[in-house]
Amino acid sequence: MNYFPDEVIEHVFDFVTSHKDRNAISLVCKSWYKIERYSRQKVFIGNCYAINPERLLRRFPCLKSLTLKGKPHFADFNLVPHEWGGFVLPWIEALARSRVGLEELRLKRMVVTDESLELLSRSFVNFKSLVLVSCEGFTTDGLASIAANCRHLRDLDLQENEIDDHRGQWLSCFPDTCTTLVTLNFACLEGETNLVALERLVARSPNLKSLKLNRAVPLDALARLMVCAPQIVDLGVGSYENDPDSESYMKLKAAVKKCTSLRSLSGFLEAAPHCLSAFHPICHNLTSLNLSYAAEIHGSHLIKLIQHCKKLQRLWILDSIGDKGLEVVASTCKELQELRVFPSDLLGGGNTAVTEEGLVAISAGCPKLHSILYFCQQMTNAALVTVAKNCPNFIRFRLCILEPNKPDHVTSQPLDEGFGAIVKACKSLRRLSLSGLLTDQVFLYIGMYANQLEMLSIAFAGDTDKGMLYVLNGCKKMKKLEIRDSPFGDTALLADVSKYETMRSLWMSSCEVTLSGCKKLAQKAPWLNVEIINENDNNRMEENGHEGRQKVDKLYLYRTVVGTRMDAPPFVWIL
Amino acid sequence: MEKVGVYDELDNLKATELRLGLPGTEETVSCGKSNKRALPNDTEKEIESTGKTETETASPPKAQIVGWPPVRSYRKNNIQTKKNESEGQGNYVKVSMDGAPYLRKIDLTMYKQYPELMKSLENMFKFSVGEYFEREGYKGSDFVPTYEDKDGDWMLVGDVPWEMFVSSCKRLRIMKGSEVKGLGCGV
Repeated sequence: MNYFPDEVIEHVFDFVTSHKDRNAISLVCKSWYKIERYSRQKVFIGNCYAINPERLLRRFPCLKSLTLKGKPHFADFNLVPHEWGGFVLPWIEALARSRVGLEELRLKRMVVTDESLELLSRSFVNFKSLVLVSCEGFTTDGLASIAANCRHLRDLDLQENEIDDHRGQWLSCFPDTCTTLVTLNFACLEGETNLVALERLVARSPNLKSLKLNRAVPLDALARLMVCAPQIVDLGVGSYENDPDSESYMKLKAAVKKCTSLRSLSGFLEAAPHCLSAFHPICHNLTSLNLSYAAEIHGSHLIKLIQHCKKLQRLWILDSIGDKGLEVVASTCKELQELRVFPSDLLGGGNTAVTEEGLVAISAGCPKLHSILYFCQQMTNAALVTVAKNCPNFIRFRLCILEPNKPDHVTSQPLDEGFGAIVKACKSLRRLSLSGLLTDQVFLYIGMYANQLEMLSIAFAGDTDKGMLYVLNGCKKMKKLEIRDSPFGDTALLADVSKYETMRSLWMSSCEVTLSGCKKLAQKAPWLNVEIINENDNNRMEENGHEGRQKVDKLYLYRTVVGTRMDAPPFVWIL
Repeated sequence: MEKVGVYDELDNLKATELRLGLPGTEETVSCGKSNKRALPNDTEKEIESTGKTETETASPPKAQIVGWPPVRSYRKNNIQTKKNESEGQGNYVKVSMDGAPYLRKIDLTMYKQYPELMKSLENMFKFSVGEYFEREGYKGSDFVPTYEDKDGDWMLVGDVPWEMFVSSCKRLRIMKGSEVKGLGCGV
């Protein structure tokens, strides 16, 4: 390859798009590193504190697309205090100063403010695509800036963010000249929506492929929107009024029939079950269906809809579907690749929900299944062994038995053998979440067999430090390890400090690690940020004479090339 | 299904028990941690106790474990509100009254019709609401009950059928005096 001029090599590199592959290329030799960095347009940063914007821009001056992730995963479950960090403003300021031609920004679990959105909208002439997932800190005013100032906006995709809805007119801030929208997702907005502005916007966006509406868009408006956009591929339905007058419903049915490109359906945030039948005509085309917010749609209506969806590849659903419903899925959806079954009753009332039978049925009926997230009431080792046999191709296997520490409900044994069977059979497993009663044995299996495992989530599991050690020693590709309420302590934490250099991050909360253990770690590994999060016991840790032996409530450590971050709040102690 | 006392490890529970508190403190934190291994214990209690039903000995505080089940708060909030509304577990709305120092909350599903609701509000805030007329609104009082509907508009309580009111009411506000003019109640 070195006999070719740089331009040729660069052209070859153009075909390499995955950031992992690009990272690998850059390590081959100095000249490849140089060519690669000047041609790299898309950069993925899994931890915004691992690097800073200045160094990023020095290396990749031609950056066009940036993906940033902020808070650790367990922030999703309220385990990380709001003010912990993950602020995007410094990034946007640095990018703006450098005049890089930013076109796309994708953020996950970051704190975004109206100020940063405004700055973003004014600083990059060619800005096209904004995707915000699980972010917070901004209002519809920030959205108004994006709408008003980004002349070539293609994607505005807001997924499950906490947005303060000022009920302003952000939708009317899109100028009449804006006709480039491809994606518009505002399903997470709580307030009212200017329906007239929305309809006008959709009508002048011939390229619109993905439209996800919020609660405030009623059924008759939906019908009108679908008439304006029959080319729609991905639709998020907002609300169905409880008693639609028959004219609206007829119009909707007619509009749906014309949407022959529709492949993905979601939303139904407020839905009357009998309205689902309006969508039956296009179900045979659907590859993705997300009904996980449609709490009002139960059993038989769900099943009627799903029976039409023979091409489904992705299904997100509530456990109210029941084992019987899952059996219908198993016999209908032979192309299914990804299934997520969410709990509809978070207090564990126990009457609805799915069991191991549903999971086994799916594994038997859907040979292409590779990703599953399954919340259930109970599980058995036998079921997991069967699932492993039926589906050796799992890439992601996340099982959440709602009651912590619940054993195999038939044999009362821990679920070590069941999960062991999964990791042994699924040689491509990259992500695993455990639950139920588990001893150190399951970690022995994981360390032995889960060679490709990159992310492991552990809760209420294990007996001794050995458990954690099996994982750290065995899983060579581990990137993210998150542990809560498990008896792992300093011995495991300190056994192999260099391991953390190969990982993105480690989270341990309510475990047995002590302050002195963490301090030792920080000393041995200056290239790690070791953060102790102590909301309540802020000062106690220092004053108490026995401080060394005090257990640390929350530990979050991650590799970084830029040292201690300066924006940590007072309750975060960086050792 | 036999779930009876299979755990030999029960004896070792105390030794391996995790607590959220710092070492040296004995209190059990209410996050449900103390119940971590209580579940197998329940089956033992069942045998020993004299005629207690399973539901009585089953420990409820599972819901108090922080961040469990691992569901995003966004999703949790959505499902919780929907559940409360649809299962008739109460449709609680905030009630404010102009001049009152703090707000109250009432459960609209507790009432069958407007007069019951009015009486309850009158008792709660110690005022009287006058008489409702279809055209002119409320007459004979400085106070007018209004509500915010799903579209964010402020409406006069009493105009729409009760069921429609209950399903569209987001919050209540008892307006007073001069502000009340715009609603056309000739006070």
